[in-house]
Amino acid sequence: MFKFEEDRSKYPEKNPDGTNIMDLESGKYTKIWQGPIHPGMTGNMSLELIIQGDEVMDCKTHVGYLHRGFEKLMERRKFIQCFPICVRIAVPEPDFNEYCFAATIEELAGIQVPDAAEWMRTLLLEMSRLQSYLAWIGGQSSSFGMGLISQWTTWARDLVLDRFEEISGGRVYHMHMLPGGVRSLLPYGFEARMKDTLEKISQVMADVEKVMFNNSVFKTRAVGLGYIDPLWVEEYGITGPNARGAGIAKDVRKDYPYLKYADLDFEAAVGTDSDVFTRADVRRRDILTTIDLIGQIVEKVPKSGEFMAEVPNVLHWKIPKGQTYIRSECTRGEYGYYTVTDGSGYPRRINVRGPSYTHAIALMERMAINLNIADTAGVMSSLHTYPPEVER
Amino acid sequence: MSFKDVLMPFTAWKYLVKEPVNIQKPDEVQGAPRYRGFHKNQVDVCIGCGTCEEICQNAAIDMMPVDGIETKDGDSGLRPLIDYGRCCWCALCVDICTTNSLTLSNSFKWNGTDGDDFRFIPGVDKKYWDDDNLGYVKADGLNLNPVERVEMGELHPVDRDKSFVEMITGYSKEQAQKEADRCVECGLCTATCPAHMGIPEYIKAVREDDMEEGLRILYETNPLPEICGRICTHKCETVCSINHKGDPLSIRWLKRYIADQVPADKYKEILGTDKIQGNGKKVAIIGAGPAGLSAAHYLALMGYSVKIYETLKGPGGMVRYGIPEYRMPYDQIDKDIDYILSLGVEVQYNTRVGEDIQLEDLEKDYDAVFSATGLHLGRSTGVSGADNERVYQSIELLRKVTDGEEIDVAEKIVVIGGGNVAMDITRTLARLQNQKYGKVNVLATCLESEEAMPADDEEVIEAREEKAVIDPGWGPQEIEIKDGKITGLHVTKCLAIFDEEGKFNPKFDTDQKKFFEADMIVESIGQGMDIKYTDKIKDKLEFGPRGRIAVGKNFQSKLPWFFVGGDIIEGPDVIHGIANGHKAAIGIDNFLKDK
Repeated sequence: MFKFEEDRSKYPEKNPDGTNIMDLESGKYTKIWQGPIHPGMTGNMSLELIIQGDEVMDCKTHVGYLHRGFEKLMERRKFIQCFPICVRIAVPEPDFNEYCFAATIEELAGIQVPDAAEWMRTLLLEMSRLQSYLAWIGGQSSSFGMGLISQWTTWARDLVLDRFEEISGGRVYHMHMLPGGVRSLLPYGFEARMKDTLEKISQVMADVEKVMFNNSVFKTRAVGLGYIDPLWVEEYGITGPNARGAGIAKDVRKDYPYLKYADLDFEAAVGTDSDVFTRADVRRRDILTTIDLIGQIVEKVPKSGEFMAEVPNVLHWKIPKGQTYIRSECTRGEYGYYTVTDGSGYPRRINVRGPSYTHAIALMERMAINLNIADTAGVMSSLHTYPPEVER
Repeated sequence: MSFKDVLMPFTAWKYLVKEPVNIQKPDEVQGAPRYRGFHKNQVDVCIGCGTCEEICQNAAIDMMPVDGIETKDGDSGLRPLIDYGRCCWCALCVDICTTNSLTLSNSFKWNGTDGDDFRFIPGVDKKYWDDDNLGYVKADGLNLNPVERVEMGELHPVDRDKSFVEMITGYSKEQAQKEADRCVECGLCTATCPAHMGIPEYIKAVREDDMEEGLRILYETNPLPEICGRICTHKCETVCSINHKGDPLSIRWLKRYIADQVPADKYKEILGTDKIQGNGKKVAIIGAGPAGLSAAHYLALMGYSVKIYETLKGPGGMVRYGIPEYRMPYDQIDKDIDYILSLGVEVQYNTRVGEDIQLEDLEKDYDAVFSATGLHLGRSTGVSGADNERVYQSIELLRKVTDGEEIDVAEKIVVIGGGNVAMDITRTLARLQNQKYGKVNVLATCLESEEAMPADDEEVIEAREEKAVIDPGWGPQEIEIKDGKITGLHVTKCLAIFDEEGKFNPKFDTDQKKFFEADMIVESIGQGMDIKYTDKIKDKLEFGPRGRIAVGKNFQSKLPWFFVGGDIIEGPDVIHGIANGHKAAIGIDNFLKDK
């Protein structure tokens, strides 16, 4: 009869130099591929796992399944033509790309964005944060077998997308922040509809708190799982809720206030235990903060006035030679655009710093070791990574 | 973990009694009012400028010819075809559209089995959303290209009302580049310009501050850029696509800017015309006006030995003798013409063909002849008293001013005519009155109403700024003369100029009369041509409407060696003359190449 061997510390056996001996021919190890089809609803990347029994012995992350070469594409596009491209770099959160791209262009071209446009951008970024978190809850809960919650939050997210559709005409790719400002101000009656949406989402979040966060199954599996050592934060360049869950209060909105964040009243949520549960809880509190922020912003967005600065003819817009880095706080951490211009009508180089790059590739490889294979998807989800932004 | 954590998840059961949020009938879902759905295009407003195609980063838009839409001035006849396999619904095409004809509907549903159906021309291929009222339109206040013109500096009326100094000051480099930046490079201007100048290309040269390239582009089609840059009738600006959204580009001033920047002594080096290989063939040109000079320039470049016969004392034709110096300074005329003459073109002044030399002689001595003698005869109103010695033709007075001859300017003058020449003589006389009497008393009147006056609006405005009175809508009836001297002009209200058949047949309201006091009257109601020099070959030529010589392709008349162009064929204006001259030069080359 099969007897579970409690002590597995002798595996894997070590070489004299300390590296693991994992001979697949020995029959002790199995190699399996998790993905590239959505390992835990994060997008197309794959984990090459070497397991013994149900324990992960080694992990190699593979990306490249979504590579579309956006950064290179943009080098062959006029500045205005990059605007519809950059949003596609992070599918669930296009607005941070829009903002960072527009802001780098504005800084290099010396354009002052009108006040109303800054408020609109702040609103769009917070709405984007809200809908992205709502999508994440679905992934995180589903990866622990709670499929019901994703149905609620998908509906709640759709309500936010309805509001996006009202403002910009698009549900997923909003394309509202042109370099120089925004395309329009809020439509008539938006405030009331947004308020109604926020109330509905607050109710959903209350239910999510009861069913997911006060749930013995989730707690049993998530508490203590997927620990991120606070020392790794600097080592790996971890940002956002992954760092805040480890007790390190990093938030670009607070540390380097941009747009109108200095005029808003909020605190970024911080946790201490640095496990899957804590990170989930940090994100849940972030959602509540965002709901509050959107309420504050909607009251302050100007109803009329200039929303677009005067820009030169975009068809042959040349931007002076220069380089700049603009950052913003997205749901997953620091999102930045490093743009280099050479005085021509095309960007010389645009480098997108998405937080998923560090979280999904390097950090996941380290965290996967010794996980139970059933938990890899949950840990992956708890890092909240988007492969499209890795492969820009 | 507590007992609570075991029970709490069961609260999810309450969703069993909640109403489902599913959309029951997806077919009935409509996009938001600003939804970016399928395109709509008002094909009758669209001008086919192709700016949508230009901005589309996915190359989803192709400009296609459409049955029933003809190419005409200001309309390429093409309409955007959109490939929805490529379109990413970014709506930049809507934002940049120069006519605001392109919008998006709020419809997004599509059922089809044929992939080719997913490419269509909005507005032409009828779709169910064509009548949608909602959908994305460009918001007011959003401009991806500046639509306001960079103002051109000009002398204040106080500074210019006595002087013949050029009143337009020209663009600075910064102004010119800012203005050039507005161009969307649609090319409707090139198609409309009689000379088909490479306008977007030379505007690009201004943007890039490459004056040498700009000059080369100008001289490909127009050897008189200083002249055209000042007084061209700028049909290009009328059709400019930006005109639909704001002010058209100052194409004329940008052309002048390029020519002004390059010193005359650099022309040959830049244009590569230091050495021209002659081909031993000779061409005679009658008339040193824009058409004659243009033909001479291109023929000289082709290696022909060119000689121009000119009746007057100097070259330039109507440009020099018909346009006042404050609009067209003589030194700038000379800059253009001196360059052409430096290519080896000879001019024999004070020689009237038909009197001093005969056309048959030219036929004998030369391989081909190009005649561009222009419209130099004034037309009279023919009203009673029009034969008085103090009734002048505007053309004759303007010529005297150019030649520096003294004009006996009266204290009170009436000008009859509402065209640009009438404004020229009005403003010239206003300056001369100001110099002589210190005040202006000149009145211009014409049959046309204020709105229908053929003169450019700016001419009328500037004339009024210079204190001339413009009183349009009156028909001259009689010039009152007492003791051989003019006392004034009787006019009656003009109700209509053309009759129902469209013929010139003015109708007057005899109850509304006026009397304009004047000591001197100038008639400026159009010009006629004098082609008596062709009398001896008349039988061999064919004639078209209004006594014009019929010409074929490249302005070749029925007599193969005789080419005719300029104002006596087309126009009247400078740019037609230049275009005619260029084409005639090509025609002459074709004709002589095989000889």
